[in-house]
Amino acid sequence: MSTLTFLLMDAPYEQARTSTAFRLIDAALRRGVGVRVFAYEGAVSLPMTSQKPHANAVHGRTLEEEAHPTPHAWVGSLIELAKSKGVSFDWVNCGLCVDDRGANDVVEGVRRGSPADFWKMNLESVNTLVIPTR
Amino acid sequence: MRVLQIIEPAYRATLEEQDDTVLWFTRAIRAAGAPADVLLCGTAVNYTVRGQDAEGFQVGGWTQQHPPAIEHDLTKLIESGARVAVLAEDLAERGIAAEAMLPGVEVLSRRSLGGLCAQYQRIWKW
Repeated sequence: MSTLTFLLMDAPYEQARTSTAFRLIDAALRRGVGVRVFAYEGAVSLPMTSQKPHANAVHGRTLEEEAHPTPHAWVGSLIELAKSKGVSFDWVNCGLCVDDRGANDVVEGVRRGSPADFWKMNLESVNTLVIPTR
Repeated sequence: MRVLQIIEPAYRATLEEQDDTVLWFTRAIRAAGAPADVLLCGTAVNYTVRGQDAEGFQVGGWTQQHPPAIEHDLTKLIESGARVAVLAEDLAERGIAAEAMLPGVEVLSRRSLGGLCAQYQRIWKW
């Protein structure tokens, strides 16, 4: 099975790069390509379960109607997608970045690691895409 | 599998992190066995200037004990065997003269970028 590695760096709700990265990962999994994700710096907050959807008075929608996106739900959904497709998926949060930000409560299946894990992921992959912050 | 780390934004959160996080990352993956080199371009060419001093950051009663030491970090990277290069045109745009730079940094023309990239199996632009 082919595998791709992605390094993400942007914090949630900051950049279009984040949703683009999730679309790329989704597309890879749907094509049967295994995915490794290393979340660096602000990206370690993407799988945080304390993110909450909210109503939106400007949109004139209730909590339920708004169905506001939360990146932790996207991470969980990717984990489920990978399971359903029978392909491998591994999400590693940079441990020091987690400590910096107190980003401890994360989606089940996300683990803590270091740049050495990123290097190992890269060696297991046919290619690696770094999507840095600006 | 040789890796070229191309670093463009400079001084991004360096006071909070007490380093440049991509230089730090490069040192970390080198310690894990990655043969990673660095190309500095854009504002990051300023990292090669000698004598930078980031001391003095103070917020209320809090004073930073360990300010970022980019010069030290770059020197350590070079001492570990990494190739550290910088773009000549970006140096010139910022008026950075060769005598102001750290020793051991290679100066490359933008025209040589294609040949440089061809020497690496992974190129990560930060």
